[in-house]
Amino acid sequence: MTAVTVQRNRPSGFRISKRVLPYVLSLPALLVCIGILIPFFTSVVYSFQRYRLSQPWARQFNWGENYLNFFTDPKFWNTLEISLLYAGITVLLELLLGLGIAMLLQKRTTLNNFISIMLLMPLMTAPALAALMWKLMTNPGFGVLSYLASLIGLQDFRWASSPSTALFTVVLVDIWVYTPFIMILLLAGLRSLPTQPFEAAALDGVPRSFVFFRITLPMLTPYILTATLFRLLDSIQQFDIIYAMTQGGPGDTLTVFQVEAYLNFFQSTNVGRSAALMIILWAITYFLSNIFIKNWLRLRERARGLA
Amino acid sequence: MEHTSLLERILRGVALTLVVIFFMFPIVWIFMMSFQTNETILRIPPQLVFEPTLANYTALITGKLTTMSGTLDIAFMRNLWNSVFLSTTSVAVALLLGVPAAYAFARHKFRGSEDIAFTLLSFRFAPALLVLLPLTLYFQKLGLANTYIGLIWVYQLICLPLILWIVRGYFEDIPADIEYAYRIAGHSWFATFRKIALPLAGPGIAAAGLLAFIFAWNNFVFALVLASADKQPVTVGALAFITSSGIQYGQISAAIVLSITPTLALALYAQRYLVEGLSLGAVKG
Repeated sequence: MTAVTVQRNRPSGFRISKRVLPYVLSLPALLVCIGILIPFFTSVVYSFQRYRLSQPWARQFNWGENYLNFFTDPKFWNTLEISLLYAGITVLLELLLGLGIAMLLQKRTTLNNFISIMLLMPLMTAPALAALMWKLMTNPGFGVLSYLASLIGLQDFRWASSPSTALFTVVLVDIWVYTPFIMILLLAGLRSLPTQPFEAAALDGVPRSFVFFRITLPMLTPYILTATLFRLLDSIQQFDIIYAMTQGGPGDTLTVFQVEAYLNFFQSTNVGRSAALMIILWAITYFLSNIFIKNWLRLRERARGLA
Repeated sequence: MEHTSLLERILRGVALTLVVIFFMFPIVWIFMMSFQTNETILRIPPQLVFEPTLANYTALITGKLTTMSGTLDIAFMRNLWNSVFLSTTSVAVALLLGVPAAYAFARHKFRGSEDIAFTLLSFRFAPALLVLLPLTLYFQKLGLANTYIGLIWVYQLICLPLILWIVRGYFEDIPADIEYAYRIAGHSWFATFRKIALPLAGPGIAAAGLLAFIFAWNNFVFALVLASADKQPVTVGALAFITSSGIQYGQISAAIVLSITPTLALALYAQRYLVEGLSLGAVKG
C-alpha cells in the first residue's frame, strides 16, 4: 500500500490522509460498538445494586449481595441446571442427527441437493414462530401431534403444559429448527474433504467403520467443533422458543437464564437480580466464545485459502 | 461407496424419508390449517381432505374478523408492515455502516482494527437481554422507547457483525493488485472503492444483505422488549395474536404462513450463500 504515492488527477476538495482513512471508514461501526458497550457496563453496575423498579427510592449499592444470594437460592440453581441441561441435550442430539443427515446427503445427486435445500426451511423459520407452529400442533384439543400420540397409546399427553414433558417438547422444537444448521455446515465440510484418502481406503478394502472413525471424523473435526460451539453459544441463551412456547412454565420448569432474567425484570421488577443473572450468563458465553473464535478463525482462513 | 447392498440402499431411503417427513411436516400442516375453517380444524381425527377456504387470509388482509359476537379488529397487516420496514431499514443502515468498515478491515491493517472487528463479532454471541434490559431504561429517558429509530439501532446488533464479517471476506478475496493498478492510473481511493472493489464484491454484499434481512425478520426478543403493539413485527405480533383472537386457529395459521413465507422465499433464492452466511464466512458452500 505504501508504494502507491503517484497521484495525479486528484479530485479536488476530498483529501483524506491515508493514515486516517481506515479510521474514517470504520468510525460509524465503531460508534455502534460504543453505543452497545454503554448498556453493557450499565448492566454490570446494576448487578451490584439493590434495584427494584417498584421501589426506586431503595436503590443502593449492595456490592456482591446479588451474586452471594445465588449460592443459597434454589431458583438460581434451577436456572443454571435447566440452562445447561437444555443446551447439552439440544446440541448433542442436533450434532448426532445433523452428522447423520449430512452423511446421508453427502453424494452430490440432484435429489440430495434438493432435500438439503428443503431441510433449510425450518432453520429459516423464526424460532418464535416455529414454537407457535408446534404449539398449534400439540394443542390438546385438536393438535395433530396430540392425536398421533393418542394413537400410540399416549392418552392425554400434555406436551409443553405438563412439567414432566415440557423440556422434551421445547427440545423437540429446538431440534426441528436447528438440526439443519449443523447438517448444512457438516455437509459443506464433508463435501470439501479431499477424496484421495477415501479412494486409498476403498482400494485397500478398509472396513467402513474404520474409515468413518479414522478418516472422516478426524478430518471433519474443525467443522464439528465450530458448528457445535456455535450452537452451544446460542442454545445456552435460548429465549425465543421457550418464551413463545411456555413463558418459562409450567411453574419454573423452563426458566433458563434469559427467560428468568426477563421475568425478573418485567414481572418482579428486580433489576439487580436480573442484571446479575445476565452477567453470569455473559461470563459463560464469553468463555465459550473465546474457544469458538479460535476454531472459527482457523476454519475461516482455510476457507479463504481454498477460494 | 460404489457397491452398496440393496439392504443398505433401502435403509438409507427409509432414513431420508423419515428425515424429510419430520422437517417438512409442520410447515405443510400449518399451511393446510391456514385454508381451513375452525370447524374442520377442530374435527377429530384431523382431516386430510377438506374444502379449502380463503376466509382466514381475507380476514387478515382486510383486518376485520367477523365472529358470532361481532367484528374484531386485527392489526396483523400492521405487524407485517413493521417487519418489512424494520428489516429493510436495518439492513440498509447496516450496509451503509458495515461495507466501508469491512473494506477498511480487509485492506488496511491499522491499530485497533482487529479489536473493533472482534468486539463487533462478540456482540453476536453476547446474551441479548444483557444489553436490552438497561436499554429499555435508557430509551425511556432518551425518548427512543417504542420508536423505529431505537429499534433499527438495536437491530444493528444482528445485522452489523454479519455484514462486516461476510463482506470483509469478499473484499479479501479480491486481489489487491487490481486496486493498485487502478490507483497508479491516477484514480482516488474512493473511485477505486466504487469502481473496482464494490462491483467485484457485489454478489457477496447482496448475499450478506439478504441474510441480514432474514435474521432481522426472524428476531423476536428485541421487539418484545423494546416495542409496543403498534411497532411490533410479526414474530411478536403473532404471539400476541394467539391470545387476543382466542380460538381462531385458522387465522393464526394463516398469519404464521404469511410471516414465514418471505424468509423462506429469500432463503431459497440465496441458498448458495447460506452456508457461508450462517458460519459468518468460516465455511464455504
